[in-house]
Amino acid sequence: MNTIPFTIRETKEGLLAKKFSAVELVDEYLSRIEKNKDLNAFLTISDEVAYKKAKELESNLEDLPLLGTVVAHKDLFLTEGVRTTAASKVLESYVPAYSSTVVERMEKAGAIMIGKTNCDAWAHGASGENSDFSPTKNPWNKKHVPGGSSSGSAASVAAGLSLVATGTDTGGSIREPANFCGVVGFKPTYGAVSRYGVIAMSSSLDSIGSFGHTVEDVETIFNVVKGPDGFDSTVTNGQSLITNRKFRIGIPKEYFIDGLDREVEKSVLTASQVFKDNGIELVDISLPNTKYAIDVYYIVQPAEVSSNLGRYDGIRYGNGRDLFGAEAKRRIMLGTYVLSAGYYDAYYLKAQKVRSLLIQDFDNVFEKVDAIIAPVSPTPAFKLEEKAADPLQMYLADIFTVSANLVGIPGLAVPSGFNSENLPLGFQLMAPRFCESTLFELGKLYQKSVSYVPKLP
Amino acid sequence: MARLTKADVLHVARLAKLNLTDNEIKKFLPQLSSIVDYISELEKVDTKNIEPTSQTTGLTNVFRGDDIKLSSIDQNKALSGTDKTHNGYFKVPAILEGRSDK
Repeated sequence: MNTIPFTIRETKEGLLAKKFSAVELVDEYLSRIEKNKDLNAFLTISDEVAYKKAKELESNLEDLPLLGTVVAHKDLFLTEGVRTTAASKVLESYVPAYSSTVVERMEKAGAIMIGKTNCDAWAHGASGENSDFSPTKNPWNKKHVPGGSSSGSAASVAAGLSLVATGTDTGGSIREPANFCGVVGFKPTYGAVSRYGVIAMSSSLDSIGSFGHTVEDVETIFNVVKGPDGFDSTVTNGQSLITNRKFRIGIPKEYFIDGLDREVEKSVLTASQVFKDNGIELVDISLPNTKYAIDVYYIVQPAEVSSNLGRYDGIRYGNGRDLFGAEAKRRIMLGTYVLSAGYYDAYYLKAQKVRSLLIQDFDNVFEKVDAIIAPVSPTPAFKLEEKAADPLQMYLADIFTVSANLVGIPGLAVPSGFNSENLPLGFQLMAPRFCESTLFELGKLYQKSVSYVPKLP
Repeated sequence: MARLTKADVLHVARLAKLNLTDNEIKKFLPQLSSIVDYISELEKVDTKNIEPTSQTTGLTNVFRGDDIKLSSIDQNKALSGTDKTHNGYFKVPAILEGRSDK
């Protein structure tokens, strides 16, 4: 094969027209993974599973929604018979007895799993550096981080090591690495996609999404994986209330603050202009409680982390608690502290109340606009080790992404070019709960308007 | 706002069943203190008459029918995550000790 396809549609059409075979696709992606080993994007390569699936697809070529889509799963997704570590030494040799709903649904729809991607251990981090198996590098500049926690998934798609990848987004873990790596990253509404078989981080915030080169591709995946499976009682078939009026996009002033990189700011405003040129009205809005989002997030999230990581006792699976890395230990302790006797009201209950205020902010704004445009992170991809020694600085990298999780709304990170150092730039769109269709429509409109053509480093 | 003390860190580590080394305690104490300082900013927010939120899509108790599900993993699969088994059971560390007078 001379070039690899950039979209699910191209892949399908190529296979159905017999321009290339599924086995050739797997050959090509595996050789690209081998050539890009230094990125450390993968923890496990599932070549046998991939070839088996490719041959099965070829023996009975039919028009499946994800026919031949080569996917890399974040190593938080359980895969039956294939090691799943959460990038933690605690689960270093854990081989699950069943697969997560998302993995199973994608496989049934014709996707080929090529391997499991690196991430911050237990999905704790914004840079990928908290992996217990060494950090992933940014494919555009190996001295920089790819973002996190879904570091390997974003890097894999950006470098063409898989066509698409799955991820989890608890406070920005899909949108931020997508932004740092120059690919599309999609976080659905809380409860739109089943979390069954995905290692839990923070149960009132976790949402399950994906990476691709185009908005159309993450939409296709969403349509395959969404909806109840009977194993996650938070999943509902939410109905979006799309009125047929003209779209309005809000620009929240609290997201354009001191410390926002000039080139990042300019790229978001340029993207807004693209929407305006398409006849979409831009509205200045205010989300006054934005400044408290990080505080709320770093109370609610560690509290739920401390509870979810309580199950790792080294008895039924995995190793003992001594093998937790530094960040997991920090979050377990922080979470245990804010839940402990005498502090619960001051921290956890208070945070849940301020969370209600944040939700009110967004509900009010969505009376006036259909979507919000904002930067994803205050800066482009920062350097490896730049923030690793200071956990608080690392936490602040999540400042523009945590609100969508606390409020439970969907978000879409879209690439929009490169800065003067050739690092990716982009923006995010947020919409009301279960209004994924608004995000897809706007995202596709943007990519069409700028004649977006994905490229590899 | 009170910063954390070494006693706080040890207490919390015990609650969370984490064995920390002296070096870890030395490292975590200032880090956790600065994070707790930061999040204490929330004290300033007026939350009088505001209800707490723990579920964002408005679900309350979700029930399913009391039906028997036939798909389930078998005993071998349930034990496949560990090599510490005995006669089809998980082997766990002892939590009780023998009587000292026997």
